[in-house]
Amino acid sequence: MSARTLYDKLWDTHLVTENDDGSSLLYIDRHVLHEVTSPQAFEGLRIAGRMPWRLDTNIATPDHNISTDRSERESGVSGIPDETSRIQVQTLDDNCDHFGIKEFKMNEMGQGIVHVMGPELGATMPGMTVVCGDSHTATHGALACLAHGIGTSEVEHVLATQCLVTKKMKNMRIRVEGKMGLGVTPKDVVLAIIGKIGTAGGSGHAIEFAGSVFRDMSIEGRMTVCNMAIEAGASVGMVAVDEKTIDYCEGRKFVPKGDVWHQAVAYWRTLLSDSDALFDTEIELHADDIIPQVTWGTSPEMVAPVTALVPRPEDQPDKELRKGLVRALEYMGLEGGMPIVSINVDRVFIGSCTNSRIEDMREAAQVAKGRQVAASVKQVLIVPGSQMVKAQAEAEGLDKIFIAAGMEWREPGCSMCLAMNADKLGDGEHCASTSNRNFEGRQGKGGRTHLMSPAMAAAAAVAGHIVDVRSFLGQTISKEIQL
Amino acid sequence: MKAFTQHRGLVGPMDRANVDTDMIIPKQFLKSIKRSGFGPNLFDELRYLDHGEPGQDCSSRPLNPDFSLNQERYQGASILLTRKNFGCGSSREHAPWALEDYGFNAVIAPSYADIFYNNCFKNGLLPVILLEREVGILFSELEASEGYQLDIDLVSQTVSSDSGQVFNFSLDQFRKQCLLNGLDEIGLTLLQSEKIKQYEIEREKSQPWVYGAIK
Repeated sequence: MSARTLYDKLWDTHLVTENDDGSSLLYIDRHVLHEVTSPQAFEGLRIAGRMPWRLDTNIATPDHNISTDRSERESGVSGIPDETSRIQVQTLDDNCDHFGIKEFKMNEMGQGIVHVMGPELGATMPGMTVVCGDSHTATHGALACLAHGIGTSEVEHVLATQCLVTKKMKNMRIRVEGKMGLGVTPKDVVLAIIGKIGTAGGSGHAIEFAGSVFRDMSIEGRMTVCNMAIEAGASVGMVAVDEKTIDYCEGRKFVPKGDVWHQAVAYWRTLLSDSDALFDTEIELHADDIIPQVTWGTSPEMVAPVTALVPRPEDQPDKELRKGLVRALEYMGLEGGMPIVSINVDRVFIGSCTNSRIEDMREAAQVAKGRQVAASVKQVLIVPGSQMVKAQAEAEGLDKIFIAAGMEWREPGCSMCLAMNADKLGDGEHCASTSNRNFEGRQGKGGRTHLMSPAMAAAAAVAGHIVDVRSFLGQTISKEIQL
Repeated sequence: MKAFTQHRGLVGPMDRANVDTDMIIPKQFLKSIKRSGFGPNLFDELRYLDHGEPGQDCSSRPLNPDFSLNQERYQGASILLTRKNFGCGSSREHAPWALEDYGFNAVIAPSYADIFYNNCFKNGLLPVILLEREVGILFSELEASEGYQLDIDLVSQTVSSDSGQVFNFSLDQFRKQCLLNGLDEIGLTLLQSEKIKQYEIEREKSQPWVYGAIK
């Protein structure tokens, strides 16, 4: 057989059949469900009188619209004040109970943001096809899964048939070689990639992230990178299996033990691109060129190094791009040519499926430790990605560091990443945010989002404005923060 | 699913690139457990001057006069003309639901985000891809003539204007067939049940850890 990429191998393993019309039937191993994109799919099943194809491939949890406020959470689903949110969470519970789907309910250990929960429970394992009605499903690709977001009609399709009717994508490889510098995190690497290839740069492709930077990166860091593949236009992002992948999986709740474990590991070790495999598109960056990144505009591609100036429209020769630039600066309330570090922040959000894992919490805590939130900052939300992350962070005393610094330690959920619950920005407010999208209105109508790493967001909380976190890092902590 | 064969209709413009799904349908409306009723909140933050919440009577809300689709000449538009990378961002199918519920039967753009593009076909909404140059010509014609209409024919895969412009577009044959016939995709896949079962039996033999763990 000719040389294959990781994506080719995953595709071949899951191909049920190829149809005459050029489409393929692809088998889905793991289907992750949440409250927002599933109710209409379950309703569709009911109307058609269909049952799920099989139950042990599905796993569900509420995350998108639930409150992160402890007292509200303690009053349970019936205590959710917003009626439409309450109905949606209750509907997920009812549907999972009715069809017999495994759900980690709102306050149960195991609950969390879908893309934090799946890997940490071992529900997603290397080599699986993973889908979810959420575009950040590529996160699971950090474990060498073929993982991508789907719409609600496809949620219903997967529930009913365990398959997707789809077409093979093109292969893209993004290599980043070198070693990440002080204060540079996986978030900075992926933002730099998006800055280079643009928000549509990966359209129609499955991206494999390769090179020494990703080999040196933790699994959590790889998840941050794969998570934002969609922000570069690619619904699939992944990293090949190595020892870190296998170490990460070992001992997790749904991962096999004994002989089956050894059998699985032997297979997982084959999940990498052949050395002579061909990619349709190759992109290369060097770690030396990447310093902490911040978005200044209303699309993730509107990103720059923290030391840069906000771009001037008059320097942009392309008419369409200039028009977009003018509109973005107007929405963001910024002037071309001003230093990025002069942008004041009103609120700070550390969380989301991009950056809410234990490493992110540690990274933020290292900066917050012994420091105070600036008086001009209205609110700093620290939202762990899951009940397990929350428990681990509390066991390490991170919650106390955040609270002592004047930050709020919240319950797990998607929170201000998409502002479906009460955590949102006011009109015109600037937010240092570790989430994944800086679209207009994403974090609240009129809200102005600046995407950055957890370390950078924590530093902005302390300074009251965007700041280069490297100036915060003393010699004693520099090694730890260098992920 | 609703079928699409051909359509003649009024064109409405959304003259910007990278229109994201948060713009198409803001998150507060995703709390609905229904598939319908999203039309009044399509482009909510651009379309109205006040803040929109689910359950409002949108007919009495203040309209943003600067928003293109609020202009009198575009009322009743059923074809949306827009720029590249339309529908980027989230996987929410509420985006095509809102476009369809508003009254759009087709969108014309130089490119779309992958997940949005796929979602359109599940809802009888045709996303037409034309060259950037061709989209530019249609924008110029639209600006120049009030009541501007286009003909879209899925069978011949063409977009034609009354001025005589005819542009071809391409799309996958399986998507075309599903849309032309309004096929139930789940029903079609279930016709292959035996193949899926056979696949599962073989897979379970070679990779038993994929099954049974989650109970």
